[in-house]
Formats: sequence, structure tokens, C-alpha cells
Amino acid sequence: MTPTADVMISLRGITKVYRMGSIEVHALRGIDLEVRAGEFVAIMGASGSGKSTLMNLVGCLDLPTTGTYILDGVDVRDLSDSQLAAVRNRKIGFVFQSFNLIPRSTALHNVEMPLIYANQNQGRRQRALEALAMVGLADRAAHQPTELSGGQQQRVAIARALVTEPAILLADEPTGNLDTESSSEIMRLLTSLNQEGRTIVLITHEAEIAAAARRVVRLRDGLVVSDELQQVEAAR
Amino acid sequence: MNIYEALRLAWSGLLSNRLRSGLTMLGILIGVSAVILLVAFGNGASVQVQNQVQALGSNIVYIYPASARGAGGVSQGFGSGSTLTQADVDALNNKAQAPDIVTAIPVTNAAGNMTWQNQNWFAQTTGSNQDFAQVRNYQIATGSMFSADDVRNDAKVVVVGQTVIDNLFNGQDPVGQSIKINRQSFRVVGTFAPKGSQGLGNQDNVAVVPISAAWAYLAGGRGKNISQIVIQATDSSTVQAAQQEATQILLNRHNIGDPAQADFTTQSQQDILNTVGQITQTLTILLGSIAAISLVVGGIGIMNIMLVTVTERTREIGIRKAIGARRADILLQFLIESMFLSGLGGLLGIAVGVGLSLWVSSISLGSSGLLSSLPAPVVSGPSVLLAFGVSVGIGLFFGIYPANRAAALHPIEALRYE
Repeated sequence: MTPTADVMISLRGITKVYRMGSIEVHALRGIDLEVRAGEFVAIMGASGSGKSTLMNLVGCLDLPTTGTYILDGVDVRDLSDSQLAAVRNRKIGFVFQSFNLIPRSTALHNVEMPLIYANQNQGRRQRALEALAMVGLADRAAHQPTELSGGQQQRVAIARALVTEPAILLADEPTGNLDTESSSEIMRLLTSLNQEGRTIVLITHEAEIAAAARRVVRLRDGLVVSDELQQVEAAR
Repeated sequence: MNIYEALRLAWSGLLSNRLRSGLTMLGILIGVSAVILLVAFGNGASVQVQNQVQALGSNIVYIYPASARGAGGVSQGFGSGSTLTQADVDALNNKAQAPDIVTAIPVTNAAGNMTWQNQNWFAQTTGSNQDFAQVRNYQIATGSMFSADDVRNDAKVVVVGQTVIDNLFNGQDPVGQSIKINRQSFRVVGTFAPKGSQGLGNQDNVAVVPISAAWAYLAGGRGKNISQIVIQATDSSTVQAAQQEATQILLNRHNIGDPAQADFTTQSQQDILNTVGQITQTLTILLGSIAAISLVVGGIGIMNIMLVTVTERTREIGIRKAIGARRADILLQFLIESMFLSGLGGLLGIAVGVGLSLWVSSISLGSSGLLSSLPAPVVSGPSVLLAFGVSVGIGLFFGIYPANRAAALHPIEALRYE
């Protein structure tokens, strides 16, 4: 065992260059970052700071231009398209700003979806129901997304992210589309999930939301400008 | 992802847009039912013609004289020669040499301008012998066939078919009447029961006289010409043997060593059936391919709708990819959806096509009018299977491009799609 055995995310010299027509956009200019198991990290930055690009790379939706990214001991550079899909399926749980539930499917079916793609048919329904119960929506299993409030939809999305027991929970502005009350409800949920030992990476531009995290990483113009621990306020 | 989940997904995808799915399926439905119906019509025509040929007798072989060659070897056309003689007929009736031949009869044809009282009619007048009815499968309705004595004595007697009776006798009993054929008086001794089939020439528009009388009174100085020998084989399975025996006997009698130089040609009912079969098969293929065009149009409709569906569900595809769907999963989902569309449309099309065929055949048999001239459609099993297979294949073929487009979407761009 290496001393970095509990490192979930290890980013080394990550750059990302987009090509928009003839212009090259340097979204990330060399990011070094480590996230250990059980951490609750908030990544902050204004729009254009590269935090969405970073989220896409960490979530294995995209690959860096240069640099190495080791997720839970696996170097994602070496992975094929379908191996990346498997990594997203098993190691990462996404929570999006706009919930991104599959329309016309029940909450239960939405939560089952990652297990379907993982070919886990044994006890699938049971596991999905347990994940829904964990976010307090066991009684909404048969409802479609349009029949749920924003906060409830986001909790279904969190249940879907948790159902495969991923290495990290990746939340991109999870409260961006929610009112204050639902926001604090979601943040309480994330905090308690972290207290149960889950690794959470939260991307936000709101200081209030970032306040729930013990560690805050600030980005500006594609570089890490600060990385500090903070006193966690009790989630309201 | 397993097949059951993929099917469930495809089904819910189709249900989410019922009208659109229904209209797309309608395209395939129309194509498949058109193929089945038109192929059934082609088959019906084939069956109809085959029945007519069978009605002529399935154990019959015809022998025609070869084309006569004029000075310089110019062919004067099929059947124009006069190489067949009564002696040939007698040789063919020799059981020792031709065990598979029941009877051989000579046939000569004459134009038959008939009059009775003030009525006129034109019918093929055939000169033959007393075995004509048996060999050509005619039943005697009233009176009797003329006898061997009549043939020996050049008797001016005639047996007429139903069409002649209808057009000449005004509903009176023809037996015993005297009619004029080419200004020669013939006494009607019998009538043939109608055969009722049409299409290969009207077999009821006949008048048969003793061949000797035909030579003596109707031949117009062409002598004892035999335009055809008709052979009845013992059984439909011995037709080929009978045909070979007849060929050998005639080659020997005509002193011809090389069969290619034969001064006659033989043709069995089977040969005619084969020719007719080729014609109706061509007809069926033609009809089927016209209908197949509509199937292709339906397939393009499926492709169109699948492209719209993929665009509409771009975001959903992004979500699925983010939570772990592989390219193959997305590909499978949309392929199955398009095959569902076409397969279901195909099944409904089979139901409609078979139903229409049965309905048309039930009304066209009994009634008169326009539809009655159509052959009764006969649905063929292979055409149904083929239509279903082709419709599913169309879903596959026309689904590949849209499904591939969906599978190739980049997850980030798909997630950003509004």
C-alpha cells in the first residue's frame, strides 16, 4: 500500500485547451489537486474561471489536454470510451444544477438507471428503494419528475448518484435552481452524507453554499489561487 | 444493459409519442400490406392459369409438325409443315412400342363459319376421331360422341360446345338439328358440357367433326393434313415417358437419326405449365417490387422520425451517458426503437394485407363486374414471412444512421443541449 492509498482524486498539471473556431481557449492552465476519501471539498470561482471544465474532467466526461488524472487508483488517460462510461457508472455520482432526471420515467426507474447500465439485475429494485429512502423519498418512488417539486427532484438525483456506491459524489451547483428552503434541505442532506463517510466535491459560485464544505478551493483563470480549510458552519 | 430493459425502454419511447409512432408505423403497414396483397394477386393469377392448364388434362402431350422449309431452307413458321400422318397416329397407338400411351388422336383444324336458320357464329372446327372427348377431357352433356364408324364413313356429324350452343340455337335443343359449316350440312349428334374456364382461349367455343369429314368437306383442298397429334398418357407421372416413346417412334418412322433434326416437336402439359409459370412469376415479382417501393418510402419515414427523436432526446442521451451508458447501450436503445416501429408496423401490415386478400377473394369469386375479372388473391406463406423480415430489416437499416448519431454524441455537448 502506498501512503496515498486513500487519495480519491489526484490531478497533476492538468491543462485543457478548447478550440473555438481559430481561437484557442485555455480553460485550465495547470491544476494540481488532491482529494482524499471522506473529504467535502467546495470548488469556487466566478464564471469563466474553469470550474465547469474541471468538473467535466473530474467526472470523466472529458479528458485533459495534458497532465495526469488518477481517480481511485485508475489513470483515466489509458481508458477507452466504454471504460470511461464504466468509470462514470461505478466511481462517480453526478448531481446537476438542472436535476437532469429522465422525463416520463418514475423516480424509482431513474434511480435504477445506473444499475441497469451496470448490468446489476440482482436486487436492483431493492437497492434503488433503499437509495430513495436514504434521501427521504421512499413514498415518491412511483412519481414522475413532473409530479415532484424541485427539491424532491434534486433528492431523486442524489439517490441516483448514490445507488452505485460511487467513490465520489460530484455536485455541480446542486442548489442553483432551488429556492432557499430547498437549498438548505439539499445542503443538509449532502452534509449528512459526508458525515457518513462519503467523498463529496461541490462546485459552486455561492459562498453561502461553499460554507458547508470543510475545504474550499478557489479557481481563477484556470489556476488554483487558494486552497484552505475552514470552520464548517452548521447547515441551517 | 440487457435486452429486456432495452425493449422496455424502446416501448416507453414509442408510447411517449403515440401519434408520431402511429403515423410512422402506418408507412410500414401500407408497404407491407401492399406487398402481401399484390404478391397474392400474382399468385392468384398463377393458380388460376395453372388450373386452366390442368383442365386441359394433366397427362397430355402434343405433337406438332415442324416448320416446313421452303426452297432455300426458309422456315415457313411453326406448325406449317405436314409431316404427320394417320400412320404415325396408328404407330403411337401400338401398346407394344408405347406402353405409357393410352390413346393418340389426330387433330386437324378448319375455320368454322356456322349457320343455323338465321343465326351466324364462328368457332374453331376441329377434325378428330371418336376418342377426342376422352383425351381432351370433355364430358358429353346430351346426345353422344360420334362413333368410329362415323370416322370411317366421312359422316357429316358434329359435336358442339356450350358457347356455340348459346350463340347459335336460341335456347333450342341442338341435338338432331342440322347446321351448316362452311356451307356443308352437318347433323348435331351431341353436346359438350361446359368447361367454364377462360383466359387460355375459350374451350367451350368448339365444334368437333370426324377427321375424315373435315378432310373431305372442310379442308379446302389441303389434303389429309394433321396439324396436331394429341397423346394421352396413362398417368400424369408417365407423361415424360410417353413423350419419349412418342419421340422415338416418330424418329424411327421418319428415318431421322439426330433428334435435333426432327421434323416434329412435342410439348407436354408440363412444358406449358412451366412457360406459364415463368410468366406469372415475372408478373408477381413485378407487382411485388412496385409494392416494395412503398416499403422503402416507409423506411425513410422511420429514419426521418428517428432523427427527430434523437435530436429531441439529445439531453436525455447526455444524462444516460453521464450515469454510465456506453455507446453500445445508446445504439441498441435507438436501434431497437426503430425496429420496434417497423416490426410492429410490419405485423399490422401482415394482418391488413392478409385480411384484404381474404376479403377480395371472397367477393371476387361470386360477383360479376370489374373485380370479378381479377384473379382471386392467394396469400403465400413465404411472402408473409419475407414481408415481416424485410420490415424488421428496414427498421434496422434505416435505424442505424440515427442510432449511430445518438451514440456518437459527446456527453458534455449533449448535456448542454436545450
